[in-house]
Amino acid sequence: MNASVRPREIPGTTLFDGTQARKGYALNKMCYSFNDAANREAFKADEDGYCTRYGLNDTQREAIRARNVLQLIAAGGNVYYLAKFAGIFGLDVQDLGAQQTGMSKDAFKAKLLAAGRN
Amino acid sequence: MATLVGGITTSHVPAIGRAIARDLQGDPYWKPFFDSFPPVHAWLDQVKPDVAVLLYNDHGLNFFLDKMPTFSVGAAPEYRNADEGWGIPVLPPFKGELDLSWHLIESLAAEEFDLTTCQEMLVDHAFTLPMALLFPGHDAWPVTTVPVCINTVQFPLPSAARCWKLGQAIGRAIQSWDADKRVVVIGTGGLSHQLDGERAGFINKDFDLKFMDSLIADPTWATKYSIADLVELTGTQGVELLMWLAARGALSDTVKKVHANYHIPISNTAAGLMVLENAV
Repeated sequence: MNASVRPREIPGTTLFDGTQARKGYALNKMCYSFNDAANREAFKADEDGYCTRYGLNDTQREAIRARNVLQLIAAGGNVYYLAKFAGIFGLDVQDLGAQQTGMSKDAFKAKLLAAGRN
Repeated sequence: MATLVGGITTSHVPAIGRAIARDLQGDPYWKPFFDSFPPVHAWLDQVKPDVAVLLYNDHGLNFFLDKMPTFSVGAAPEYRNADEGWGIPVLPPFKGELDLSWHLIESLAAEEFDLTTCQEMLVDHAFTLPMALLFPGHDAWPVTTVPVCINTVQFPLPSAARCWKLGQAIGRAIQSWDADKRVVVIGTGGLSHQLDGERAGFINKDFDLKFMDSLIADPTWATKYSIADLVELTGTQGVELLMWLAARGALSDTVKKVHANYHIPISNTAAGLMVLENAV
């Protein structure tokens, strides 16, 4: 890769750059479709068929099956579109935060409250 | 000519929409946040804007990665929102201000900003929730609107310095608009927060407070940081301070602070609020 576009290393952070956007296009396009309630229902009715229709690769399909946010990001997912996928299951950004940090949701919320007291 | 009455900057966390829909304004978790808004309502009652120019970032409702403009300006007679995939309450449509939209587009293009113009545009929570916070309890929105969207989804993002200059050009355009209208500029987003990755939940109170102070005392302070610096210092979504910077850029060199508040947390986010007026 050209040195001038090598992404900055920030621990625990993925910048959604061209590399990620290329990798994740099909996955993100599927998640973007969940803006529409009818598409959310179609996904729930046949998850595998819906993933096939959008052309997800095996890694992306496995991450979708596992509902695993870190795997979805590694597979090129962007958090704004992934949030729409999570919404199908009634999960909010604090559920996502808890899952990604390996904490319970209560512990994650407590960490945020503590940030306000420091 | 139009009058620029001042600027408001506020966070736009989706959970705010659910709290409003469930009447949780007095709930202990929410009270410190909602209690910061009555002084803003009083100021709005006093300065009586006719039009709001909203600088915000779309989170994958109107724009997808197939076409991702860096700067886009709404030029629609009406803007609607949608449930965004998670059943967020949908608010009444917002009336556009077409004359100002096209004046902004002409003025910004003349100042070498290459824009995307949108005669149809869905607006997401980053637009609708600040409107709901600033103008509660109205049957119809008391202002017409012009949305200005800044890309914070697909890197590379516009630099802080570029967003500052965009804001300055917006300020000049508003003040050269040949209309007897009063205009408020609103910048939404931030402050520090990160939704994605192992660093989810990251907050940087010291930086946020410095940034808020800088908007009064040294408004170009944050333009010295690269986008990567800002992500490192404020989180992947904390970079939404770009909208604050652009809104501040629309005001004059010297401003007066009318009101400010800072509260951690709302959901995963450090919530900030400022009201600024041009000093004369």
